[in-house]
Amino acid sequence: MAMTETSNHNEINKTDHVTSIWWIVAAPAVWAVHFLASYLTAAIFCAKFADSDGSAGEVQLAVMAYTVVAIVIIAGVGWSGRRRHRDGHDRSPHDGATTADLRRMIGLSTFLLSLLSAVATVFTALVFYFVETCH
Amino acid sequence: MSFLLIGDHSQSTLDPAGHGAAQIADLFHWMLGGGVLIWLIVVGLAVYSVVVPGGHRPRLTKTLVIGGGAVFPTLVLTSLLCYALAMLPELHRPPPQASLTIDVSGVRWWWRVAYRTGENQRVETANEIRLPVDQPVEFKLTSEDVIHSFWIPALGGKVDMIPGRETRLKLHPNRVGTFRGVCAEYCGTAHAQMAFDVLVMPQADFEQWLRGQQRDVSEPSGPAATAGRALFHRKGCGACHTIRGTDAGGRVGPDLTHFGSRLSLGAAIKPNDADNLRRWISRTHDVKPGVQMPAFEMLNRDELDSIVAYLEQLN
Repeated sequence: MAMTETSNHNEINKTDHVTSIWWIVAAPAVWAVHFLASYLTAAIFCAKFADSDGSAGEVQLAVMAYTVVAIVIIAGVGWSGRRRHRDGHDRSPHDGATTADLRRMIGLSTFLLSLLSAVATVFTALVFYFVETCH
Repeated sequence: MSFLLIGDHSQSTLDPAGHGAAQIADLFHWMLGGGVLIWLIVVGLAVYSVVVPGGHRPRLTKTLVIGGGAVFPTLVLTSLLCYALAMLPELHRPPPQASLTIDVSGVRWWWRVAYRTGENQRVETANEIRLPVDQPVEFKLTSEDVIHSFWIPALGGKVDMIPGRETRLKLHPNRVGTFRGVCAEYCGTAHAQMAFDVLVMPQADFEQWLRGQQRDVSEPSGPAATAGRALFHRKGCGACHTIRGTDAGGRVGPDLTHFGSRLSLGAAIKPNDADNLRRWISRTHDVKPGVQMPAFEMLNRDELDSIVAYLEQLN
C-alpha cells in the first residue's frame, strides 16, 4: 500500500513538472501570437481592403481587440505563476533539489516572463495605435 | 560633444535643414537623454551595492532593484516609444496633390533622377538633386539592380530602394544650402562612392533652373568643344549616355545633358572641374574602382582636352 502511494505521488509530481515547464513559455507564446496576428491582419487588410487614402481604422480596432485578449491571458498566466511562486513559506533563491523549490522557481519564471510579455504586447499595440494608415 | 557628433555639416541629421531631420534630431536628443538616465541609475545602483559597506536592508534593496532596474527603464522606454511613434503619421502622410514629385532610381553606383514636369513629361538628370526651399517634395524611389537606400541626412530619414517596387519619401527642406546624400545600404564595390549633391534653393531660382534643364543642349562653341562633340560620338559615348538635342541617347549611364552645370562628377566623389574630368575619363577605375564605365586610356591629350571642353560646355 505504501509503495503504491509513493508511486502515485511521484507520478503526480512528474506530470506537474511537465505541465509547469510549459507554463513558462505560455506568456511569451501569447505575445508571439499577438505580434503575428497584428501584423498579418495589417498586411492582409492593407493589401486587399484598404481605401484609396490608406486608412487603417479597422486594423486598429482588430489589434486593440487582440491586445485585450492577449493581456487577459497573460495576466492569468502571470497570476498562476505568482501563486505557485508564493506557495509555502520558503524564500528565494529556490535552488534546492526539491519538488517544492522547482515548482516555486518555475512559478517565479512564469510570473516574470508574463510581465515582460505584457510590456512587449503593449509595445506592439502602441505601433498600431499611433500609425493610423497603411502608408 | 555636438561638434563631434555633427562632423561634416552638409551630411548630418544633427544639423537639420528639413522638417524630417529636425524631428529625427529631437528624437535622438531625447533618446540620448533617456538612455543616459537609465545608465546612470542602473550603474549607480551597481556601484552603490559594491561601495557601501555592510548589509543592505532587503526591502530597500528590492525597491531599488525593481524600481531602478525594471520599472523606471520600462517607463522611460515606453515614453520614448510613444514620442517616436507619434512622429510617424506626419512623416508618412503624402504631400499635397500639386507638390513636386521626383523619381529617383538607384543604379550601381549612381543615381538616375527625373523631375515630373507635367502629364507624362519628365526631365532627367543624374547624381544631383535641386529642391525649392519651404516646399514639400515627394520622392518616388526604385532600383534598377540591387537594394539601395536613399538618404539625405540633413533633410530627413532614409528609405530603401527595392528592385521591382516603388517606395516613397516625403521631404520638406527649410534652409537654403548644399547638402550631401548617400546610399545607406551596402550595394557592392563602389557603395561608398555612391553619393549625390542636394542643392536647396529659393523657389524662383529653382523654377529657373528647372526650365533650363528642360531645354536641349545648344551647339558647342569653339573648335575644341566642337571637336569634342565629334569625338564623343565617334568613340561611342552616346551608346551609354544621353545628351538631349544630339544623337546620343544611351541609357546605361547617367544623362549628361546639362553635365557642365553639376557640382560634382562620378556620383559626387570629385568636384566637377577639368582636371578631375580628364582623370575620370582616362583613368576611370583609379578614381572609382568597380564602376561600369570603361576607362578611355587610348585618348591622347588633345582628344581628352576636346571631350572635356565639350562636356564642360553642357550647361
